[in-house]
This record gives sequence, structure tokens and C-alpha cells, in this order.
Amino acid sequence: MALDATTVTAAGPAAAPPRTGVTLHRIARRRSTIAFLMALPLIAVIAGLVAWPAGYAIYLSTLNRRMTSFIGLDNFQILLESETFRMVIWQSCIFAISAVVLKALLGFWLAHMLHHIPTKGQRIWRGLLLLPWVVPPALSTLGWWWMFDPSYSSLNWLLNAVGAPSVPWLGEPGWARASVIIVNVWAGTPFFMIMYLAALKSVPDQLYEAAAIDGATGWQGLRYVTLPMMRNIISITVLFSLIVTFANYDIVRVLTNGGPRDLTHVFASYAFQVGVLSGNIPRGAAVSLFMFPLLAVVAFFILRGVNQRNREMA
Amino acid sequence: MAQVKLNRVVKEYEGGVQAVKGIDLDIADHEFVVLVGPSGCGKSTTLRMIAGLEEISRGDILIGGTVVNDIPPRDRDIAMVFQNYALYPHMSVYDNMAFGLMLRKFPKEEIRRRVENAARILDIGMLLDRKPKALSGGQRQRVAMGRAIVRDPKVFLFDEPLSNLDAKLRVQMRTEIKKVHQTVKTTTVYVTHDQVEAMTLADRVVVMNHGVIEQVGPPTELYHKPATKFVAGFIGSPAMNFIPARLANGSGALNILLPGGISLPVPEARAKRYTGHAGKEVLFGIRPEHLTEVRPNDHRPNLAPLQLTPEVVEPMGMETLAHIWLEGAEIVARIDPSVPAEPGRALPLAADMGQMHLIDPQTDRVI
Repeated sequence: MALDATTVTAAGPAAAPPRTGVTLHRIARRRSTIAFLMALPLIAVIAGLVAWPAGYAIYLSTLNRRMTSFIGLDNFQILLESETFRMVIWQSCIFAISAVVLKALLGFWLAHMLHHIPTKGQRIWRGLLLLPWVVPPALSTLGWWWMFDPSYSSLNWLLNAVGAPSVPWLGEPGWARASVIIVNVWAGTPFFMIMYLAALKSVPDQLYEAAAIDGATGWQGLRYVTLPMMRNIISITVLFSLIVTFANYDIVRVLTNGGPRDLTHVFASYAFQVGVLSGNIPRGAAVSLFMFPLLAVVAFFILRGVNQRNREMA
Repeated sequence: MAQVKLNRVVKEYEGGVQAVKGIDLDIADHEFVVLVGPSGCGKSTTLRMIAGLEEISRGDILIGGTVVNDIPPRDRDIAMVFQNYALYPHMSVYDNMAFGLMLRKFPKEEIRRRVENAARILDIGMLLDRKPKALSGGQRQRVAMGRAIVRDPKVFLFDEPLSNLDAKLRVQMRTEIKKVHQTVKTTTVYVTHDQVEAMTLADRVVVMNHGVIEQVGPPTELYHKPATKFVAGFIGSPAMNFIPARLANGSGALNILLPGGISLPVPEARAKRYTGHAGKEVLFGIRPEHLTEVRPNDHRPNLAPLQLTPEVVEPMGMETLAHIWLEGAEIVARIDPSVPAEPGRALPLAADMGQMHLIDPQTDRVI
């Protein structure tokens, strides 16, 4: 012991000068430090492109039109009292929910069909079916706009060819709403299809064999094996698509520009209309912030379910 | 409960490759039959054809006297235990076991009674609420068996059910499976590549190779009276020794001439059987356990002494294996651990000629 003490005291003054360097070196070598440094670019991106704009939007939404004074929650209150905005909330929900449900059903059906095509022929179909998702939506929506055009509509031409009357695709509110949903479903279904296809491929064949021996018909296999095994992917895909669809801007902007009579506006297109086109940036920010609580509630429940299933199954 | 019958069953894949080449098999009611063979021999394909998971290319499969070729698996009244258990990961143990009964619209009370009964037989009563993820390999295996038992099917099918377990658990579950069969007595077809499993479990063993049945018989019969070189070499561990030899007819008695100038007398009882092959090249087959040290007061008839020099000696505890190379042929002798055996030192051995086999090298059949 005595010897140890002496050694320490003797070494003490000699080791003292480079101590700061050693400590820094040790901190730099810690795993947590390295992990933090490596994650830093991502943290910077999230801070710069998500956190800062979100914080700035919240700040903006509390200002008056000329952005000169703080007015608290007045922008939100004015919006909620506006009939047009209440209609936008309603339309956004109808648009997002019906589009996501249709995309989920069609995507599941397509994925199932693809899954049963032999691997050799599957790739070409998979590639073709992915096209709507790959084409920039602003461009493909222009194509749809031309197909919906009152004078040159190829869809109406087809309808007339089979003896059906022309449809006022973008001119009548009901049809305009349907058109926006149709285009969104057309563009978004491949995403569901490819996610579901991956999920279908991950279900072990032996589970289907076990179910077949247990007495399951094809439908029962789908209900009791396929769907429960895909629940997490379905949940995540629906959540992701709900967020993207709720925030959809380009389809409405190109196809209807919110018309007729602002009846096809969704949050994003209305925020653009109010904030940029009408020059009331704080109120535009308030419109876009309305999406957040709605989606947060949905995300909370979906992700809670996913986590719970992950703990039990994976 | 029912018998299972296979009539000239063929499984042919695209391109004409035959996995099963026309096999016949009769499995009696309550019988435990094990299909055994190396990988690719067609045993699993045969089982899957019985289950209805593979189509039959030609021939007929009958379960309980009914041709089931075109009957889907769910209507064959069979239950199967898979190699990787194939438990439904999203269902509790109870639901996994109850699923088949639920689909068949059994009353809830009856389902509960059956599941609890099976859980009692398999000692998994305390696991019923758990999900498969929370179970060990052995417990999953029990649940998979429980799922089969509750159905009370005509036939149990097992597809290498113990392959994913560690050695100790495998032995334990083997006993468990045998116990369950003794309790429920359901006709069972069991596939394995492990000959020890086959020997210990089966009422009858079916040895398959290259899509054909080499031999069918009770375990002891396959061990003592193999029909072909393949069966002789496949059953038993360590495997039977095969030594190229010549059957010589000298001074009225048959002798087997081994490499190195060793001559072993053929027992009188076998002389008549082998006479036709006198003077021909044969394969001399003898199991390691029938090539032992010379024991004092050994009363086994037909013992033939021979002196061989081991090159490798492996003490196993309960026995010692001596590896001898005789002009290219490797021979293993199983000797008592108390016998001093050293590599490079000549060892006096005794061959029990009453247990020998001769194989026709042309046909690979045991003479």
C-alpha cells in the first residue's frame, strides 16, 4: 500500500501537464461520443429542415397579416369560424381517408396477384405497375388533367363510345372531388402494392401449409394467417400514406386549383392559397399547422399497436 | 385412426426429374412408421404427398381406404408437425392449438377440453397464454405436437421434428414422442435423416435412397438382416465395415480372403447360402461391434481370430474405437476400454463371423 501511494504521488506531478489532453482524448474515444458525431449530420438535417421550419411556422402563425405584431391564437380562431376552412378540414379528411382506403385495398389486391405470378414473369409486371408512382406527380397529373378536359376529354370520348353521357370531371364539385381522389389513388397505389408484396413474401410458406392442414380454406388462410402477419406493414404503410396524402399539394394544385368554388381544397393547397397567393403568410402557416394534431393522434395509436405486436411476435 | 397405403407413387418435377420413383408402402392402423434416408432421398416429398402439400404425379395414396389424391389437405383428416414448428406467431399457445378445431366449428367447451387435455399430456399447461416468441425450442416443439394431438386425426405426420433441437433436448423429445404415441396410438408417419431416431421410435423403418425404398422392416431386422449395402451401411453407428474380399472354396469349407493375406472361415450355417458365389469377388461386411478384442471365456460361436494394427485409437469412455487401414479399406473395431490399444501396435481381435454379411459388388445386394 505504502509503495502504491508513493508511486502515485511521484507520478502525480509528472502526469499533470498533459491531463486535459488525455481527458479530451478519452471523451473523444468513448463510444457514445463517436455515435453522436456520426449522427450529427442527420441531427443537423432534421434540425434545419424539420425542427426549425416547424418552430418558425408556429411562430409565424401567431403574428398578424403584416407580421408586425403578436396576436396569439387569433389566426386559428378566425380559421375555425370560417365556413370555407371548415369545409377544407372536411374535404381533407374525406380526400385522405377515402384515397388511403382505396389505395390500401387496390394495393393489397395487386400485391396478391403479383405474388402469385411465377418469379420469372413477376419482374416485368412489378416494374410496369410501379410506373405511376415513379412519374413526378405534377407531370402525370397534367396528363390526367388533359384526360379530364371538358373539350378534349379522352375519358368522355370512351364513355361516349359505349353510349354513356359525358361527365363534367372537373366542373362539378362531386366529380371534381372524385377526380382528385382517382388521380391520387392511381399515383399512390403502387407504393402500397410494393410494401404489401414485400410483406407477403416474408410470410413463411409453412404457415400456409400448417393452416391448410389445420383445415383453412384460401379465404381463412388470408384472414387468419396473411392479414395478421401483415398487420404491422399495413399499419405503417397506412400511416405513412395518410401523412403524405393529407399533405398532398401537387395533384389538387394542378388538377383543380382548389375549384370549383374552393370545394376541392385540402390543407396544403389551401395553405398555399391563403399564405402565398393571398399574401397572408401567418394565416397560411396556421392552416398548415392544423394537420399536425390530427396526424399526431393517428400516428400515436398506429405506432403503439405496431410496437406492441413487435414485442409479442418478432 | 386409419391405415395408409401408397400404390406405385411417383413424384416427378418439371424437366422429368423424379424425386420419388414409384413406391409401395402399407402402414397399418396404430403403427409408427419412420421414413429414413439421406437428404434428397425423397422421404420428405413422400410425407408431403401423404399430407397433400405436394401433388402426386402418378399412383395412389389411400388413407383409411379412401383414395386421397385429389382431396385437399384440410379434408384428409391428418395433422402434421413441421421441422421449424410453423406455429402462428400472432396467436397464443392456446389459439395455436385451438385453431384447427375452431375452423372445424367445434363447440367452445369441447375445444377447451381438448386443448387442456393435450396440454396436460405434453406438460405445457402453464404456457397456454404465451405467444410462440416467448417459448424455448423444446416448448415450441411440444406446442406443435399439441396442435396435432387436439385434432385427434386419422394420421400424424412428422417432418424432421427434432432437427432444430440441441442434442440433449432431442433425446428427451424423442422419448416424449414415443410416450405420446403410446398414449394416443394414432397411426404415425415420421420422417428423419437420423438413423438413431428411426431405430428408437419406429415399429417399422422404411429406408429410402434415390427415390426408392431400399428396405422396410422392424429396426432389429434392418440391423441384423439388411437387404442392401446401402441399408447395411446406413443403419448402425459407427457404420458397418466393408472390405473387398474373395470367397474361396478350399478343402471343403468356404473361406473369406481379405487383403493382407487374412483368411476367415465362413460359418457352416452360412455355407449353403454362399456356395454359388465361391471363387468370386465379394464385399465382406462386419459391424464394428462384431469386431472386438479377444475375450477370455468368450462363448460366442463362430469367432475367428485375427491380428490387426490400429493407426488411430479413439477412447469414447464406454468403449474404444480402433481405426485400422487394410490396403485402402478402413476398418473400425469396437473394443473394451480396458484393453490396452495403441496406434502402431498389433492388436489381437476376434471377428464374430455369425454376424457377418457378404455383398455382391455387382448388385450391391446382401447375399
